[in-house]
Amino acid sequence: MSPPRGRRPVIAGVATSDYPHLPDLSEHAVHGQAADRALADAGLTFAEVDGFATTGFFPMYATGVAEYLGLHPIYFDETNSGGSSFEVLVEHAAYAVECGAAEVVLVTYGSVQLSQMGRRLGTGGGGGGFAPGPAIYDALWGNTLVGNYAMAARRHMHEFGTTPQQLAAVAVTMRKHAATNPQAQEREPITVEDVVTSRLVADPLHKLDCCVISDGGGACIVTTEERAADLPRDPVYVLGAAHATTHHLNLSAMPSLTVSPAAQCGPVAFARAGITPADVDVAQLYDSFTITVVLTVEDLGFCAKGEGGAFVEDGGLEVGGRLPTNTDGGGLSACHPGMRGMFLIVEAVRQLRGEGGPTQVPGARIAVAHGTGGMLSTGATLVLGREAP
Amino acid sequence: MTDRTPTPGDERPPKPRPAPVPNPDSAPYWAAAHDGRLVVQQCTSCGARQLYARDRCLVCRGPVAWVPASGNGTVYSFTVIRQMYTRPFRDWVPYVVALVDLEEGPRVMTNIVGCPPDAVHIGMAVRARFEAVSEEAGIALFAPTD
Repeated sequence: MSPPRGRRPVIAGVATSDYPHLPDLSEHAVHGQAADRALADAGLTFAEVDGFATTGFFPMYATGVAEYLGLHPIYFDETNSGGSSFEVLVEHAAYAVECGAAEVVLVTYGSVQLSQMGRRLGTGGGGGGFAPGPAIYDALWGNTLVGNYAMAARRHMHEFGTTPQQLAAVAVTMRKHAATNPQAQEREPITVEDVVTSRLVADPLHKLDCCVISDGGGACIVTTEERAADLPRDPVYVLGAAHATTHHLNLSAMPSLTVSPAAQCGPVAFARAGITPADVDVAQLYDSFTITVVLTVEDLGFCAKGEGGAFVEDGGLEVGGRLPTNTDGGGLSACHPGMRGMFLIVEAVRQLRGEGGPTQVPGARIAVAHGTGGMLSTGATLVLGREAP
Repeated sequence: MTDRTPTPGDERPPKPRPAPVPNPDSAPYWAAAHDGRLVVQQCTSCGARQLYARDRCLVCRGPVAWVPASGNGTVYSFTVIRQMYTRPFRDWVPYVVALVDLEEGPRVMTNIVGCPPDAVHIGMAVRARFEAVSEEAGIALFAPTD
């Protein structure tokens, strides 16, 4: 990205809502709480917002949230790519402010999935035979959302010798980070043994290989470097971004179960940012399941294909490890309200501002937020930096 | 999988397997399975074979025709579903969901039946067996080739 000086896109404010359990808030009120906090963080007001982006499970969702918040934006976006949506929405917002389509874009996320649906989503949903259009082909077999990721994990084990213990190492590290996050849903330390002896949900994935199910949300403010110069917070630059998809709900249409869309969009985002994987100080990687992280570290080029298991072992994802990852505890332990991508962005920005607390990566200059959506169906990479490109 | 034992305490009648609603793309595929045949699409221009049913070849965008498949395949990957809330499947746990690579090339999702879940492995040779799920549609399940 090389927009005109002054119009370089930045993130000027971030916030999470309360989480992980919000029985007294409506879904839209979670958007509102996160928006209030992100605007306050940025030193802005609703009156200064002229662009709005969010997504949810119904058409014209962004329009509805804008209505609820009393916004009449001249730019809006509700691209839905599942868990990677918010990386895509921020990428789009960056382009919008670059070209002048908007000056201040508010991006919000809100969900009360835990309060509304409990644990039915994810672990035991789907497969009931209802599916839109061609999605019917893989919907007839009683597969679950976990089952899709389980088949990817099984194939990765077959091709590369990845072990359940290596996958478990991801969950153990996320829990270690979550222990330092007072809001995290699960904070009790766990061991590799705990993970591999927890109940099998869909072989080879155990309960502790799966993300938590939460209420929560977040928000961020995308504006220009010029606008941010008048604002209280140090801006975080959007250095590069890209997204990709390989399939939708039919896992049978995914070309290889061991290569996620990150292999396509990651290198493009890094090239646009002018960086290599070695330049990344801290990563926020979508961790719907442990295998998701193993595939992502390989596909983004932090290690070779097939070496993800060894990469995440022995504290590889801890602060001080090979690639400090999900410093808030991730979806596996901190919060996963369904489309967690916004949390990745908020935590990446906090790290670059030095607000990471006990899991702060010292001197972090470059962060990557990578969302994964659907059944490994979509990927979206954001490269963020503390300094101007 | 076809043993429709209800969950203990569930007095409702067993729920049948879900049935696909055929559309102009898919009707020949479901109808063939209903009649105990597996078919795949083949491009009349470049010869590439594919599933699921589309209006065109994914390689060259040429026209496609339905051709018979052997019904033989190998397991590409699989999982054993142990937690499921939706009927009828929740009555059948644990059961195997798999991706099978057909001899002709295309990959399909299916259930592996006819053997204990623990016997399934990647690379296992399997063969289609059919179940009618409506008056117009059938599905291809797969069982070990003995």
